[in-house]
Amino acid sequence: MARAITTKQKAINTAVIWTLGLVMFFPIFWLIILSFKTESDAIMAPMEVLMSGWTMESYDAVNRRSDYFKFFSNSVIIALGSTFLGLLIAVPAAWAMAFVPGKRTKDILLWMLSTKMLPPVGVLIPIYLLFRDTGLLDTRIGLVFVLMMINLPIIVWMLYTYFKEIPAEILEAARMDGASLGKEVLYVLTPMALPGIASTMLLNIILAWNEAFWTLNLTAAKAAPLTAFIASYSSPEGLFYAKLSAASVMAIAPILVMGWFSQKQLVRGLTFGAVK
Amino acid sequence: MGQIVLKQVSKSFGDTEVIPPLDLTIEEGEFVVFVGPSGCGKSTLLRLIAGLEDVTSGNIEIDGKSATALPPAKRGLAMVFQSYALYPHMSVRKNIAFPLKMAGLDKADQKRRIENAAHVLNLTDYLDRKPGQLSGGQRQRVAIGRAIVREPAAFLFDEPLSNLDAALRVGMRLEISELHKRLATTMVYVTHDQVEAMTMADKIVVLQAGVIEQVGSPLELYRSPRNRFVAGFIGSPKMNLIEGDKAAPHNAKTIGIRPEHITVSTESGDWAGTVGVSEHLGSDTFLRVTVDGIDEHITVRVSGEITLGYGDKVFLTPDISNLHRFDEQGLRIA
Repeated sequence: MARAITTKQKAINTAVIWTLGLVMFFPIFWLIILSFKTESDAIMAPMEVLMSGWTMESYDAVNRRSDYFKFFSNSVIIALGSTFLGLLIAVPAAWAMAFVPGKRTKDILLWMLSTKMLPPVGVLIPIYLLFRDTGLLDTRIGLVFVLMMINLPIIVWMLYTYFKEIPAEILEAARMDGASLGKEVLYVLTPMALPGIASTMLLNIILAWNEAFWTLNLTAAKAAPLTAFIASYSSPEGLFYAKLSAASVMAIAPILVMGWFSQKQLVRGLTFGAVK
Repeated sequence: MGQIVLKQVSKSFGDTEVIPPLDLTIEEGEFVVFVGPSGCGKSTLLRLIAGLEDVTSGNIEIDGKSATALPPAKRGLAMVFQSYALYPHMSVRKNIAFPLKMAGLDKADQKRRIENAAHVLNLTDYLDRKPGQLSGGQRQRVAIGRAIVREPAAFLFDEPLSNLDAALRVGMRLEISELHKRLATTMVYVTHDQVEAMTMADKIVVLQAGVIEQVGSPLELYRSPRNRFVAGFIGSPKMNLIEGDKAAPHNAKTIGIRPEHITVSTESGDWAGTVGVSEHLGSDTFLRVTVDGIDEHITVRVSGEITLGYGDKVFLTPDISNLHRFDEQGLRIA
């Protein structure tokens, strides 16, 4: 039943939403402001910070001190690599769970999700030792693999939900039409699930891009992505707010831009299946 | 091409046996209809033939070769689904071309066959549309087109008309019958609608709870139903089945008489009764009559328009030569 919304209620709602939005956005806004200040201006009281002059010197310093492009390319390789590898494994897995479920399918899904309930630090030592012994420490391939494993439960879950929405009769029709399993997945399932696959991919790229725990613990120099790039500016000996902010902006900018352009797809994907 | 033989085929889901072992032969070129109430196993039986379900035991032979272990794609059968199951992301042309593409036919051959099918099914103007832009009847035609281009050994139809409205259903029924005459290919058709079964079939297979109750031509089933279930299921309106005092003189537990085999008179007859609700169809009128001494209402067909109305006294006389008799087990007494 439709409810009548008065102008007053509407005004209150709008105010609340805007306040919440601004509170959530404020840290990022402040980060951007600080990145354009000198180190001495950056530690002043908020009003004074806003009044002080603008400069690009922090960006300049960050660029001179570290090889941004190396971190950036590591981030791209790790985020994209782990996502594609994850999809390669998750598409057939989700297909099997959605269309030929066994007695234990629900249990397996729940068990997969339960691995996300464990604090990552709980398995840090075994994984660290495994990486050390197999020579994967500080390698991009090692990070691709570990991030893929971390996010696999989410990818499988999301794809499973999308695939469940596809009528099984259509896949049966493909089978009757002479399609092998591979062709059925390639020509019928994948194109039909493309919006779902796309939003799963986007979300996973964002998660992998921002992942800090494993990237910081398993890399040193060679394979370090942008998260390590930011961390290198949070030094215990002194506060370099301006440089830290500049580095952070440089690290989040690419993913922020990507997120902005794909937000429609992302929101559609995340709420898919929730409402009929 | 197109003989299908089921030998002792059975199907269980878990511990539930939905189809006890059964034998059935579908001859080449035949139009066979599986009919029965919902949940009788008719769709499951079709899916077993298609290979979409595995048999629990028994053997399926297609054209003399065992197909029991073959995947659906290798059986040479085409299927039309109740939901049409078109590929929503492909145009009509690509939908119809899909089985040809899977079979690896060259482009020229594909084009020729698609155009031929489109012509036969009146789809030529719609080839570049997506399924979402078509009406229910057109979608059904595309689904049939996708089936005929493959030139399969047999067609399987799973309640293909139940999503269409009544008028369209009659039209498509005729189109499918005509297609069968023209292609002379085996067709296996599942429906719960006995009118579809009667009008289309060469041979009807009546199923109940996974068991074949009777196999025969529409008229065989109409004239001599093997048991009470078939008697009540085939024919519209239903056969009147009467138990008790009126059945006893005929040496039967139950007697059956079809509405069209009863004559009505206002003066005299075997059974006296009162007219209840009547349905006027123009060409026929169906009267529901309450007869003294019979618990069930008796339906009677009268040709043309009549003047009898609610509460009128009438006399009914069943035509003894068309009387069906059933014993304690519900089986026909010859």
